[in-house]
Amino acid sequence: MNGARVEFRGLRRTFGTTVALDGLDLTVEPGELIALLGPSGCGKTTALRCVAGFESPDAGAVLVDGKDITRVPANRRDAGMVFQSYSLFPNLNARDNVTFGLRVRKVPTAKRHARAAELLELVGLPSQGERYPHQLSGGQQQRVALARALALEPQVLLLDEPLSALDAKVRVTLREEIRRLQLSLGITTIFVTHDQEEALSIADHVAVLKDGRLEQSGPPAEIYDRPATPFVAEFVGTMNHLPGRVTGDEVEVAGQRLPVHGQRPDSPDVDVLVRPETVLVTPDPEGEAVVVTSSFRGASVRLRLRLAGGTEILADLPGHDAARLAPGEHARVRLVERPVLVAPRTAAVADAVPAAG
Amino acid sequence: MAALTPTVLPDVGAPAAPTGRPRRVRVWRGIVLVVAAVYFLVPLLASFVFTVNDPVQGFSLDAYGEIFSAEGFGQSLLLSLGLAAATIVTVLVLTLPAMLAVRLSAPRLRPVMEILCTLPLVVPPITFVAGISTVLRWGPDYLSTTPLYQTFIAVQNPAFPVVLVIADVVLALPFVYRALDAGLGAMDVRTLVEAARNCGASWPHVMFRVVIPNLKSGLASASFLTLALVLGEYTVARLLGFQPFSVWIVTISGANAALSVAVSIFSLLLTWLLLLVLSTAGTRQRSGS
Ligand SMILES: Nc1ncnc2c1ncn2[C@@H]1O[C@H](COP(=O)(O)OP(=O)(O)OP(=O)(O)O)[C@@H](O)[C@H]1O
Ligand SMILES: [Mg+2]
Repeated sequence: MNGARVEFRGLRRTFGTTVALDGLDLTVEPGELIALLGPSGCGKTTALRCVAGFESPDAGAVLVDGKDITRVPANRRDAGMVFQSYSLFPNLNARDNVTFGLRVRKVPTAKRHARAAELLELVGLPSQGERYPHQLSGGQQQRVALARALALEPQVLLLDEPLSALDAKVRVTLREEIRRLQLSLGITTIFVTHDQEEALSIADHVAVLKDGRLEQSGPPAEIYDRPATPFVAEFVGTMNHLPGRVTGDEVEVAGQRLPVHGQRPDSPDVDVLVRPETVLVTPDPEGEAVVVTSSFRGASVRLRLRLAGGTEILADLPGHDAARLAPGEHARVRLVERPVLVAPRTAAVADAVPAAG
Repeated sequence: MAALTPTVLPDVGAPAAPTGRPRRVRVWRGIVLVVAAVYFLVPLLASFVFTVNDPVQGFSLDAYGEIFSAEGFGQSLLLSLGLAAATIVTVLVLTLPAMLAVRLSAPRLRPVMEILCTLPLVVPPITFVAGISTVLRWGPDYLSTTPLYQTFIAVQNPAFPVVLVIADVVLALPFVYRALDAGLGAMDVRTLVEAARNCGASWPHVMFRVVIPNLKSGLASASFLTLALVLGEYTVARLLGFQPFSVWIVTISGANAALSVAVSIFSLLLTWLLLLVLSTAGTRQRSGS
């Protein structure tokens, strides 16, 4: 099984007045796992369905290994898909579900059964072949669905939030298994998710979508450390918004001058975007910042501090360092010296954004 | 008997009563059951007693024996069963793909389809048959050598009047639509169809291996309602001059009172038996899987 290169070229799809895809351009390299990440309704599922052949774009093309497959019917495409909702055939047991595609191709029974055993072993359900979907747990059903998608040895694997219906623990184990399988099979995989942690932890590449368009694509570390736009910065991880003032190539924020990275707005008054882990906090009775709240998160502690000007800022620091920073204590706050992103000042929000993190 | 069928339907496949319900609910349930049973069984029993009570001999099953020897019994019964089978096949072949197509690719047409399929409920059969016979009688001479004219003749073949199949299909549409719509609503058709397409299945394969096996109970109740409807359909058949079972019963019963009641009881039992067969065929698969 070897992966194919998948290219989206200027893909556009509208539903009435809703624009689901608005000129999506994206290339997925052979054997790579790419995560399509974005808020709800940004067109991730639509993009995936265009590759599977369930949706035909109004304009643009989908290319697999350079061949335009935009008009190829779904049943002649070489892509296995795992759906967001449970999609096993209720009238067939796990084994027959897995080998449904082989049966379509009239593979002899003995061969089919051997292949089913192999695939069920691969997804960690070697003894569940006789069970019917309603006798399997959600996680087991999605494993069977994964085995079914792999049964025809497709060049491309499409995963549409396959883990979203599962509980947190199963989700983490299953996503790691998917990654392990994907690496060992070397199959090009497009993984749709709106969970940024999931995207960052298993993907080779993360593509962030916004309103049907590609906002940024790159390795997870790059997306996280050097977000190209404030939207990406906001969506991936947590960001502080601090009031700042641009002068030349630098921005003045919280009493420091930091270089500006990326675009700068016209007005000199801006919001400076700073990650909580790049905020350094040292206990100091003379310090001007006051700890407002402190929330323990296992390995780290997230502090909310009020700065001299009244602005609040979030800071992450290792658990043991935070012992002396109980609410009410004074501290000194510094930002790590590195280029920062700036965004136009949002009037109301001078506060940190408590986004998912 | 058509009037009885709907009351038979909801019982089929109803889950067994869970134990440990509040006492009052159980008491009420019992009362309702008894009332319903009295309502249905008393007339049946009375009819049965009437047919077996011979003033001279006392008990006699002669009336039932007479049914089978009566002129035209086998012929009309076979005709009705044949019409029912043809109607069921036709109506399913017409509606199922149409409903799937609407659900999958034109959800906005669903209300249109629903209205179209419900329309026959609003049109009284008598109006309907008046229309049909007007059309069938229309046949100007200059058309007499054309295939159209020959078709008109062929559909009225008394051995197997295709025109009745057509009429019954229309009359059955509302029931079939409801039954299939409920069945399709209970399964996630879109996802299942897409999963099958993704596995390389052609459309016929999707239909026969995925949709139909998972729609067993919907198909069973659709066939079930159509069967009851066709066996009981009188107006259209009578006015177009054909003699399926329902028309035969009326014709035969004029002469002999005991025989006519015996025929009614017999046809009731026959219909129930067929419905039972259909419903178990539809549900067995479910419990087996
Ligand atoms: N069949 C459809 N008919 C009408 N509108 C649709 C249809 N499918 C998608 N849309 C619209 O297109 C947009 C993109 O939908 P899509 O399902 O691709 O979003 P998504 O990124 O997968 O979101 P989510 O994370 O919630 O699954 C949405 O605004 C949605 O309402
Ligand atoms: Mg989606």
